[in-house]
Amino acid sequence: MWEALDDFYWTYQSLIHGIGVNGILALSVYVVLAVGQLSLGQAAFMGVGAYTGALLSVKFGAPFAVSMVAAALVPAVLALIVGGPTLRLTGVYLAIATIGLGEITRIVFLNWDYAGGALGLSNIPERGGVPAIYGTLAVLLVGLTLVARSRVGRAMEAMREDEAAAGVMGVNLPRYRLVALVVSSAMAGVAGCLSAHVSSFIGPNEYGFEAAVTILSYALLGGIGSPLAPVLGSTILTLLPEVLRPLADFRLMVNGLIIVLAVLFMPRGILPWRIARTG
Amino acid sequence: MLEQQLVNGVVLGATYALFAIGFTLMFGVMGVINLTYGVYFALGAFAALWSTQGLGLPIWAALPVGALIAGLIAVLLDTLLLTRLRKAKAPELASLMVTLGATLFLYAGMAAALGTEIRRFPAEVFSGGAYSLGDVRVGTTQILILAAAIVLMLALLALVRGSRIGLAIRAVAENPDAAALMGINGALMLRVVSFLSGAIGGAAGVLVGLNFNAIQPFMGEHMMLRGFAVIIVGGLGDLRGALLAGLLLGLAEVLTAAYLSSTLKDMIAFALLVATLWFRPLGLFGRAAAKRA
Repeated sequence: MWEALDDFYWTYQSLIHGIGVNGILALSVYVVLAVGQLSLGQAAFMGVGAYTGALLSVKFGAPFAVSMVAAALVPAVLALIVGGPTLRLTGVYLAIATIGLGEITRIVFLNWDYAGGALGLSNIPERGGVPAIYGTLAVLLVGLTLVARSRVGRAMEAMREDEAAAGVMGVNLPRYRLVALVVSSAMAGVAGCLSAHVSSFIGPNEYGFEAAVTILSYALLGGIGSPLAPVLGSTILTLLPEVLRPLADFRLMVNGLIIVLAVLFMPRGILPWRIARTG
Repeated sequence: MLEQQLVNGVVLGATYALFAIGFTLMFGVMGVINLTYGVYFALGAFAALWSTQGLGLPIWAALPVGALIAGLIAVLLDTLLLTRLRKAKAPELASLMVTLGATLFLYAGMAAALGTEIRRFPAEVFSGGAYSLGDVRVGTTQILILAAAIVLMLALLALVRGSRIGLAIRAVAENPDAAALMGINGALMLRVVSFLSGAIGGAAGVLVGLNFNAIQPFMGEHMMLRGFAVIIVGGLGDLRGALLAGLLLGLAEVLTAAYLSSTLKDMIAFALLVATLWFRPLGLFGRAAAKRA
């Protein structure tokens, strides 16, 4: 029995890691979408987290915990610099600024010789693994569900449905957006750090526009009614190319099509139920 | 040396300005950041490439072909993607996300169908030679690019500001419902704007492809960063602002590449974008065009 499980794990190792990491990424984009904003910088934040964590581990031999904390902090600061000024404007500005961020981080990683340049960083020590990935995912799921059930969650939903009305009701829009953006970028950074420490290699082209849109498609397929929905979306989209091999070559086209169809015909995702309130 | 860089910078800036003016027109009238704009840019370049290679057309004839095809595809995509959302008066981010998904789909499809290798115009396109003015060399291709960009931009400005169609377009941009009450066919005007900005984007693709002599499916993706920077610096929806900001960006990039480093060149657009958001979110001319939440 255990041997069979062991075999299963070794065969599907990267897929198991991928589902967990993509689940965290789906939650990170959910946090921003839940306040009615759109960030296309999740892949960039993930990349910055991955590079921060990996550089600390490889070049300085830092303990894993230190790498993780730094991988959460650096993207959060970046999010403040790039996204901060847009939070008082309409959502279009954050979307544009974060797309720009994605392009620019790619250029920086590509030209940064200390971090391996175009070759990327390799020989990243194996740390964390399944317990760390799924532990983080579980903690975030529980935490975000609690938040969604509370007064804060209700304010977030109000912002998403009608900003002006929420503002009139006394919801501090810029502050909610700021907290959501910072938390979301830190989550994406952690996901990047976790994934870098199970894949042993990271490269500058893994965190570009396609990755950002793919992360968004997780949340759009699943929906943002509850934190479980985007995780379901990411799980489906991570498994899909494995189950339907012929689809693997057209993965990006499928993701793009899913976004178009989801927004046009299924605006609430495949798991549309809202969460029960307590606060 | 400096004079030469200034000439190159103005030519590059003119292509940026042309690219951004179509992009910002689309936003100004429809209120949607349409990310498929980068696709029209690449398709225009490919259409011109095929007409020079396959049909043997000279470049001045291939330019309108590229613009026309890109414009028609823009109308088609706009109808497919955005009509439904417009009817439902969906929030602007929903429209942005639809165009985002479509962009991913189209880029991946183009890469699969056309291949990602860099293609070049046939050599006879560049047979015009160059003029020398003192130390400054100006290629005929450069003159063609600059002239075409200026003519197209002036024509667009004249159309939007000085014709009855332009008046109708501006009315629809200001208030679609009131425009409809005045007897303006709003749906038709949106198609006209889609065609115009798609065609401008396609023409910019031809000219940029010509300037660097490099055409590939993802050229639009890289251009979009510059497009964003230019329309934010110029002020969202502001045609004059886009024109000026495009020229400035082109000059800044060429001068940085010449005197500092070429890596830094790629970051200028983004630095300008972030700086504008921090210090002057309404853009260069700062009219109340930028809506605050």
